[in-house]
Amino acid sequence: MKTLVKPRSLFIGLSALCLLATWLSLALGPVSLPLIDTLRAALRLLGIPIPGEGLEQAELILGQIRLPRTLLGLAVGGVLALSGVAMQGLFRNPLADPGLVGVSSGAALGAAIAIVGGTAFGGLPEFIGPYLLSLCAFLGGLGVTALVYRLGRRNGQTNVAVMLLAGIALTALAGSAVGLFTYLADDATLRTLTFWNLGSLNGASYARLWPLLIVTVGVALWLPRRANALNALLLGESEANHLGIDVEGLKRELVFCTALGVGAAVAAAGMIGFIGLVVPHLVRLLAGPDHRVLLPASVLAGAALLLFADLIARLVLAPAELPIGIVTAFLGAPFFLYLLLRGRH
Amino acid sequence: MLRAENLQIRRDQKIVLADVTLDVRPGEVLGVLGPNGAGKSTLLAALCGELTPSEGQVWLGQHALGHWKGAQRAQRLAVLPQTSTLDFAFRVEEVVGMGRLPHQTGRARDSEIIHAALQAADVEHLAGRSYLALSGGERQRVHLARVLAQLWPGQRGHTLLLDEPTSMLDPLHQHTTLKAIRTFADRGAAVLIILHDLNLAARYCDRLLLLEEGRPRALDCPKVVLQPEALKAVFGLDVLVQPHPELGCPMVIAR
Repeated sequence: MKTLVKPRSLFIGLSALCLLATWLSLALGPVSLPLIDTLRAALRLLGIPIPGEGLEQAELILGQIRLPRTLLGLAVGGVLALSGVAMQGLFRNPLADPGLVGVSSGAALGAAIAIVGGTAFGGLPEFIGPYLLSLCAFLGGLGVTALVYRLGRRNGQTNVAVMLLAGIALTALAGSAVGLFTYLADDATLRTLTFWNLGSLNGASYARLWPLLIVTVGVALWLPRRANALNALLLGESEANHLGIDVEGLKRELVFCTALGVGAAVAAAGMIGFIGLVVPHLVRLLAGPDHRVLLPASVLAGAALLLFADLIARLVLAPAELPIGIVTAFLGAPFFLYLLLRGRH
Repeated sequence: MLRAENLQIRRDQKIVLADVTLDVRPGEVLGVLGPNGAGKSTLLAALCGELTPSEGQVWLGQHALGHWKGAQRAQRLAVLPQTSTLDFAFRVEEVVGMGRLPHQTGRARDSEIIHAALQAADVEHLAGRSYLALSGGERQRVHLARVLAQLWPGQRGHTLLLDEPTSMLDPLHQHTTLKAIRTFADRGAAVLIILHDLNLAARYCDRLLLLEEGRPRALDCPKVVLQPEALKAVFGLDVLVQPHPELGCPMVIAR
């Protein structure tokens, strides 16, 4: 067996990667800031008085635009990767993904209802809109996750094939409902919806950021407590039960965390695919399947990867900007195929 | 220490197991024999709480099985299913280490126990390998090591339930595995084991339960249970039963 990276080296490497991605994400854009100015402006934002000419503009760009965007990217990447780990653990299948089993589309439906419904009632006030959007996306994601899970179970066993097919069916169903809302929407709402389906970190605001940050931190602190139980679950539900794990409780927690995480991510940044599938895979290839390492490492790797994807989305057609969902799907889909084909040999 | 009183299991109103009363005693290996579909695995599922009996009760130690909390039950009762599916590339010692999850014995003690369990199941040389790279028989022995580690070193009050642990093993490892299980019982653990090989059962079990269509036909020591008439009636197989030339235990030969 090929040697794995030691957890310590992995965490150091991934943390460095995260810092690098954060720095680049803060520095690069239509107005490129010299890296050193980025650092000084960031320190000034933190309230440390750093003298310097012309830093006000940098501070403004950083504080109002790039910092919320970067934080959004870190949180979305981290929580999607975590949800991927939770899904793959729940279904005991390394190819499960929140997008594949319809969780994301459920969340999208919830969010579409909130967006279009909100507009229909004359727009939601700023202090409640983002939270309602998160709540609807969460409920949509939870509903579909629970349904897919129910449909995939037969005689106490989770049938992965049935589950994937149920996911496809529910994704199509949710898609048609989103289509209906798209049809009913006015022009401005339509644009919001369309871009939102492609996913973007653009226009990040602190109001959209807070619910997601709270959820991300919550899920990132909660799931690692269940790392051992998740390991045991991979042996099978009855084996985990014989090892003293409360399997039903664990499954409920996993479904809840996934719905919460994906719901909050989708609400804040739209549909961003493949992070939840690809990131846990990459980490497993590097460090093995032990959830005690996999969970925290996936947060870091997901956060870094999403920021890099966002950098590509921002820079490849600058000054115009690609929706990030296009980038992650463009890179993630071939990787997924590679995993499928590799598994055959 | 596991006791079943008058167990009955129904599946879709059909009675698949009935009138089973038995106790698995400390220090003994109790073998369960019977043709396919006789209810052996159903019995095991009922004894570990996976199936709820429609009548009767299972006792683990002083308490009803259902009254034990998960981790406390797992510290006393370990179960090896017929087949396990694991699709993730854990290393062999990580799989065995999962047997230590119900315990808080600390990393140093756990790694001693994992080592001892790997040795007992003769899979020590596989340490460091990926579980996915193993053959079926090797995987079976790794899972045996896992349930041994769960109750290591095996003592009074511990119960081990095994569903055909030798089904995929070569002849040598059928014997090494049963010897390891025998040693485990000799230290005080109570072991119930489902077997298909009558000669392995005759040689390593203290008592045998012969199941026929979901009902016990005999429960006694191998010499009493392994009679040509009973085997003919239950398995439909004509056999000779001779004493083993060196060990004296019954030896079953198909005619």
